[in-house]
Amino acid sequence: MIASSVAIPSIHYLAILPVIILFGGALALLLATALVRSKVTIPVASVVTLLVSLAAFAATFWQWRCIARSGPSTTIAHAIVLDGFSVVATGVIALGLAMTTLVAHDWALREKVQGAEFHILALASSAGAVLMTQANDLIVIFLGLEILSIGLYVLVAFDRHRATSAEAALKYFLLGGFASAIFIYGAALVYGATGSTNLSSISYFLGANVVLRPGLLYAGGALLLVGFAFKVAAVPFHLWSPDVYQGAPTPVTGLMASIVKVGAFAAFIRVLISALGTQLDTWRPIIWALIVLTTIVGATLALVQRNTKRMLAYSSINHAGFMMLGIWAGTIRGTAATLFYVMTYAPVVIATFAVLTLVGGLGDENHGIEFYRGLARRQPWLGGALAVLLLSQLGVPLTTGFYAKFAVLASVVDAGSSTLAVVALLGAAIAAVFYLRWTFTLFADDNLDATRIVVPPITMGVITFGVVATLFFGVWPGPLAALAQHATVLFSP
Amino acid sequence: MHSSLWLTALIVVPLIGAALAMLVQKTDGRAYGVAVVTASVEMALTIVIAVLYNNHIAQASTFDFATRHVLSAPFGLAYDVALDGISLVMVVLCALVLLLALLGARDKRDEGHFVAWLLLLTSFTMGSFVAHDLLEFFIFFELTLVPSYFLVAMWGGAQRAQAALKFFVYTFTGSVFLFVGILYLGFAHQHQFQGPLSFAYSTLSETSMSHGTAVWLFLAFGAAFAVKSPIWPLHTWSPLTYAEAPTAGSVELSALLAKLGSYGLLRFTIGLLPLAFVTMRPIILTLAVIGILYGSALACVTPDLKRLVAFSSLAQMSFITLGLMTGSKIAMVGAVLLMFNHGVITIGFFLIIGFVEKRRGTATIKDLTGLQGPAPVMAAMFTVVMLASIGLPGLSGFVSEYLILIGTFATHAWWGVVGAFGVVAAAVYLLWGYQRVFHGRATGENAAMSDATTKERWVIAPVIALIVVLGVFPHPVLERISPSVQQLIEHVAPGGVNK
Repeated sequence: MIASSVAIPSIHYLAILPVIILFGGALALLLATALVRSKVTIPVASVVTLLVSLAAFAATFWQWRCIARSGPSTTIAHAIVLDGFSVVATGVIALGLAMTTLVAHDWALREKVQGAEFHILALASSAGAVLMTQANDLIVIFLGLEILSIGLYVLVAFDRHRATSAEAALKYFLLGGFASAIFIYGAALVYGATGSTNLSSISYFLGANVVLRPGLLYAGGALLLVGFAFKVAAVPFHLWSPDVYQGAPTPVTGLMASIVKVGAFAAFIRVLISALGTQLDTWRPIIWALIVLTTIVGATLALVQRNTKRMLAYSSINHAGFMMLGIWAGTIRGTAATLFYVMTYAPVVIATFAVLTLVGGLGDENHGIEFYRGLARRQPWLGGALAVLLLSQLGVPLTTGFYAKFAVLASVVDAGSSTLAVVALLGAAIAAVFYLRWTFTLFADDNLDATRIVVPPITMGVITFGVVATLFFGVWPGPLAALAQHATVLFSP
Repeated sequence: MHSSLWLTALIVVPLIGAALAMLVQKTDGRAYGVAVVTASVEMALTIVIAVLYNNHIAQASTFDFATRHVLSAPFGLAYDVALDGISLVMVVLCALVLLLALLGARDKRDEGHFVAWLLLLTSFTMGSFVAHDLLEFFIFFELTLVPSYFLVAMWGGAQRAQAALKFFVYTFTGSVFLFVGILYLGFAHQHQFQGPLSFAYSTLSETSMSHGTAVWLFLAFGAAFAVKSPIWPLHTWSPLTYAEAPTAGSVELSALLAKLGSYGLLRFTIGLLPLAFVTMRPIILTLAVIGILYGSALACVTPDLKRLVAFSSLAQMSFITLGLMTGSKIAMVGAVLLMFNHGVITIGFFLIIGFVEKRRGTATIKDLTGLQGPAPVMAAMFTVVMLASIGLPGLSGFVSEYLILIGTFATHAWWGVVGAFGVVAAAVYLLWGYQRVFHGRATGENAAMSDATTKERWVIAPVIALIVVLGVFPHPVLERISPSVQQLIEHVAPGGVNK
């Protein structure tokens, strides 16, 4: 009888297949740890996680074919959307998870981590990130954000023997919780102003009506913006990021730098472009200011750091500024550009943190820049790979980093602000200083008898994958660019 | 129309050479052998191209060997190469610099990597000179930074880290403006013609724009090329970098990469933005003249032989800018010729200074005296190069400087008058420098210095041959440059070149 009074919305299971796979994998591992008498060993957990993430990746191909056949669609009472954009973003998250699992495998063996908790949390977080890319409702975005974040709070604290790890987790938890509260408050205000939390309905409402007293809408939108700015670590909401990046176990930092950015930017784009697209001119000056601060401050503060994880934290702040350029443009080209940026940034940053994980050594402590002196001379493949990854983040041609910057800058120039493009690129020029200094340190010739860094083959495989991907698509960006463009053409407003 | 494969070969051959050099580096000296063979093949290729080059292709265009393949439509990315008389002399210079830098400035520390970077640099520079698409040009232009950075940072002098960083960041910052300018131009064209996004040189030159826009674009493009060239006051990276770089690096940077600045200024700034060219001309001409005087003045007082050549290069490059910016055909042809001649002369200077430095361990002027006694042949070689640089009639420098000065006098007499002081000043600082280093009585280590070896003589021989031949018979080069310059001027002419 209850079934007749509560209408169950129709569910298109293919649309939520990756979430089901990832979350199902997490639950299966969780059950296994509870039911199986002997402990789930790291190799088993790693293999399961890897297979689950690859299954999610494979599911995106199926989804893509479905969209190519019948166009983008929404399901579960229009709360979840299945479009090219979400599918590509999901693929990137699944791939990021697979790479991280491999790096974390060697890390867990080295650090003698017991049990499958790490893998369960990583799977759950990724499911949250995937949910964010598909969300068509502010509440679902919030759900995804929370699932993503709660897993990460625990992952950050995973190194129990290091005080900095716990400190970082607490910081991340408090500030993240704060940001979530701000976000949900913004969602409430937007609901008050437009009468819906559904992004399509909000967009329809704003398109069909003139908001005479926009105060509530502006306040709500501003709070949403602040919530996202926290999550992507845009200046001035970035203060948590260097501490958390430094404190977290290094493979976790890599996961954070990649899938959080993908999830948060996907939702960011959906809210600002599809829900509040009609109001874009209102938000643009704010985003403009955020971009200028984020690119310039991120790069400048990186210059004075001596800890490589902090450097990369500021570097990723700088990159967040570049990713926001596509949102500022507010066009199809801009959306495609931001998608292209996160697509190419994720493997590079995970591979970079994989190198850091190796250099970090037992205890994950050796992250000062001095540990990199002469690395490329002692171990040419490892050091050379890091040099390529750093140059890719700098934006040197023949790496994907160049085309990522090219794509977002082109969208901004197309949308009419060459000034913003120049300012952002000057930020990149400042950032060049610390990437180059680090590269120079790698090739120093006065520290040749330091201890060799242990390079497990699996992690080296991940690093090689990152390097090959950035070089291959750096020479021939055509397929990736076309993919990002197709994905956005199939973007469901 | 000749096949574009010739130009592709220019880009690909050094890449193959670099890969091979890396593969065989384990055996001593083999990487060097591979590099020398590659450089010789490259030199041969450019000579064949120079002979084949036909400037009467397809009615008005002087571009030969052209082709265009779109690589990524959403990005407007294409492989588009073509060669005209101006690119031709640069391409020949590029191969020459590589060959002589390898032969004359061998660096045995970590040789496999060293020659691989040199070959990569050559490939990217060739790409910049034959690129017929702005985005493609930009990509090659940026790419040259990476090998240059590593050459200076890993094989340079004591302050190499600082010098390499300064060089990279300066150039990178300059090209920020170029990049945004190129994007702006591409989209302006797309918005006007509603076609696919394209950065092809020939297409973008049709873009119509307001005068204000053109001036902004001119400034944006100019910033990048002014840093590279260098044009005063954006030159401050150059003395340190030239002085700290290994000899082969100094040769590449000053003889070749600096020309990318002048080349870009001519091809992409003057060629694409004729309206702004007329407005900005007096300003750039003035900067060029200041650069001539400033470079000459500093060359007189600098205590280091390498820095002396660096400052003299600043003056000479400003002279090239002066010629290019006058808009008079004679001066522009002279400037393109000087780009080549200055390249050859600079190779000579830096190689000979490198020989001295290798023997004496220093290039500081006051530590060197009376080298003419123990090393007469080296002194003689230096004299020829120096006299060409001063502009002695009968040597190559004279022809180009003379053309620039006549052209400048015809259109911009006062700038020509001040600029001509540069020629006098060159005589002062070079002769004075020569006098201090080579004349007098050699004592101690100076007296014990050995003269140029047979191999060193053979390396400098082509430099001297080119200096003499182009001084007496510049016709084959001029007849290749002139039609292309003429075409560029005709394109610019609606903007009124000689107003």
